[in-house]
Amino acid sequence: MMGKKYKDHNKLSRKKRPIGRLLLILMIIFFYMPIVFVILFSFNDSKSLTAFTGFSTIWYEKLFRSSRMMDSVYTTILVAVIATAVSTIVGTITALGLSKSKKVIRDLVTYVNDFPIMNPEIVTAIGLMLLFLTLGIERGLGTMILAHIAFCIPYVMLSVMPKIRSLDPNMADAAMDLGCTPWQALIKVIVPQIAPGIFSGALIAFTMSFDDFIISYFVTGRGIKNLSISVYTMSKRVNPIINAISTLIIATITLILILVNVVPIIIEKTRKKNENDN
Amino acid sequence: MKKINQLATPYIIWAGIMILLPMLLILFYAITDSGNGIVSFRLTLKPFGKFFTDPDFLLILWRSLGIALKTTIICIIIGYPVAYYIAGSDDRVQNLLILIITIPTWINMLVRTYAWIGLLSDGGLFSTILGFAGLKDVKLLYTEGAVILGMVYNFIPFMILQINASLSKMDHSLIQAAADLGANRTQCFLKVTLPLSLPGVVNGIALVFLPAVSSFFIPKMLGGGQYYLIGNVIENQFITVGEWNFGSAISIIMAVIMMAFMYVVRAIERRNSTVEEDDRRRRGAAL
Repeated sequence: MMGKKYKDHNKLSRKKRPIGRLLLILMIIFFYMPIVFVILFSFNDSKSLTAFTGFSTIWYEKLFRSSRMMDSVYTTILVAVIATAVSTIVGTITALGLSKSKKVIRDLVTYVNDFPIMNPEIVTAIGLMLLFLTLGIERGLGTMILAHIAFCIPYVMLSVMPKIRSLDPNMADAAMDLGCTPWQALIKVIVPQIAPGIFSGALIAFTMSFDDFIISYFVTGRGIKNLSISVYTMSKRVNPIINAISTLIIATITLILILVNVVPIIIEKTRKKNENDN
Repeated sequence: MKKINQLATPYIIWAGIMILLPMLLILFYAITDSGNGIVSFRLTLKPFGKFFTDPDFLLILWRSLGIALKTTIICIIIGYPVAYYIAGSDDRVQNLLILIITIPTWINMLVRTYAWIGLLSDGGLFSTILGFAGLKDVKLLYTEGAVILGMVYNFIPFMILQINASLSKMDHSLIQAAADLGANRTQCFLKVTLPLSLPGVVNGIALVFLPAVSSFFIPKMLGGGQYYLIGNVIENQFITVGEWNFGSAISIIMAVIMMAFMYVVRAIERRNSTVEEDDRRRRGAAL
C-alpha cells in the first residue's frame, strides 16, 4: 500500500523542473533543426542556402538527371545490399557456430570483433586501406564491398548472439529426436526463434553500410563513389543538390528506423496471435 | 550437431585477415621505412621523430586535444542536466525521449554536419538572428566555434544516452535513504546521485572525446581548412601525399594518446567507485 506513496519519492526529483524541461526542448530543437533545414532547402527554387525563395523540385530533377550522382546512388545501394546479405548470413552462421565453440574461442572472437566497433573509424579505415595496398588489390567497388562486409559482421553478431544464448538447447535435440536432420533442425527450429535478432542485425548492417563515409572514402578507388563521398567532395561549393541527396538519405534511414522499431512488435503480435489460435 | 562449432572457422580466418592484420599493418608501417613496400624494409622511428620535431604538427596535435577537450566539457555540462531530466520522467516518456535523441545519431553524420554550413553561413539563420540582436557581421562559419559546435552536435547524444543509462539503472531508494537521514537536495545530488552516475559520464567521455580527437570531416566542413586537426593530417598523408609510413605513425601517436587519456579518466573513476564499494561492503557487513 505504501508503494504508491513512495513511488514519487523514488524518482530523481519530485518538482516539475521547468529549467530541465526548457533545456530538453532546446536540445530537441538543436538536434532536429539542421535536419529540417536540409529537407526544407532541398525544395528551394534558388541556389541560396540562406533564403527560401519558393517551392520547387528542381534540385531533385537535377539530381536524377546527373549520371554521376545516379552512379553514386547505385553504388551505395549495391554495396549496402551485398554487404547486408553477406554479413547477415555469415554473421548468423558464425554466431551459431560460436555458441557451440569453446569459451576461449568465443571470447577471442568477441574481443576481435570489438576492434571495428570501438576503434575510431579512421583507424579501421586506414588499416583496411593498408591491407588492400599491401596485398596489391586495386581499390574500387570490390574493396568497398569487402570493407563493408568486414565492419558489418560484428554488428550482426552483436545482435544475433544474445538471441542464441537465450535459446533452449533441448529444442534442437528434440527436433532431431523427432526425425529432423541437423540442417532441418537449424532451419525449422533454431532460425525462426532467432529471427528477430537476425532481422535487426540485417537492418543495422544496412544502415551502417548505407551511411558509411570514412571507411568507404579510404578504401575506394577508380572514381567509385558512394553518396557520402559525393556529398563530401561536393560540399566545398554551395550546391543544393546535396540537400536533395541528403533528404533522400534521411528519408531512407528514417524509414529503416521505423521498420526496426515497428516490425519486431508486429512479428511478436502475430506470433502471440498464432499461439492463441493454436 | 557436434560439427556445428566448425561453422565459426571461416569467420575466424576472415577476422584474422580483415580485422587483426590491418591493425598489425598500421603498426608495421609506423615503424618501418620501406618506401611503401613490404618485401624490403628497415626498422626506423624516423616518422615519429619527424612528427615530434615539427612545431606545426605539434601545434595541430595540441589544437586537436584542446578542441576535443572543450567539446567533451560542453557535452557534460549540457548533457548531464538533460540526461537527469529524462531519467526523472515516467518510463513511457523516458523511452520516447530516448528514441527522439537516438534517431538523429542514425542519420549520416556527414549530412548533418553539412546542414550546419547553411545555418551558420553569412545571411543564414544564425547570423540573421545575431543581426537583429545588434551583432552584425559576426563571422560564424569557418571558426573554431563552428568546429566545436559541429562536434557537440554530433557527439552529445552519446553523452546523454550514457549518463541517462547509469542514472536510470541506479537504486533510487539510496536517495530516499539519504533524504531520510537528513541530507538536503544538494547533498543528495552531490553525495549520492553524482558518484553513482560517474560510470555513465566516463563512458560518455569515451564516446565524445575519442571521435572528437580523430574527426576529420567536421573540421574540414565547418572549419574551412583553417582548423586543421590531427585527423586531417592523417587523411592528408593517406589520400593526398601518399606517405603511409608517416600517416601510420601519426595514427599510432593518436591511438596512444587516446588510450592514455581513457586510462587517466578510468583511474579517476575507479578511485571514486572504490569508496563507494567500501561503503557497500560496510553496509553489507552491518546487515
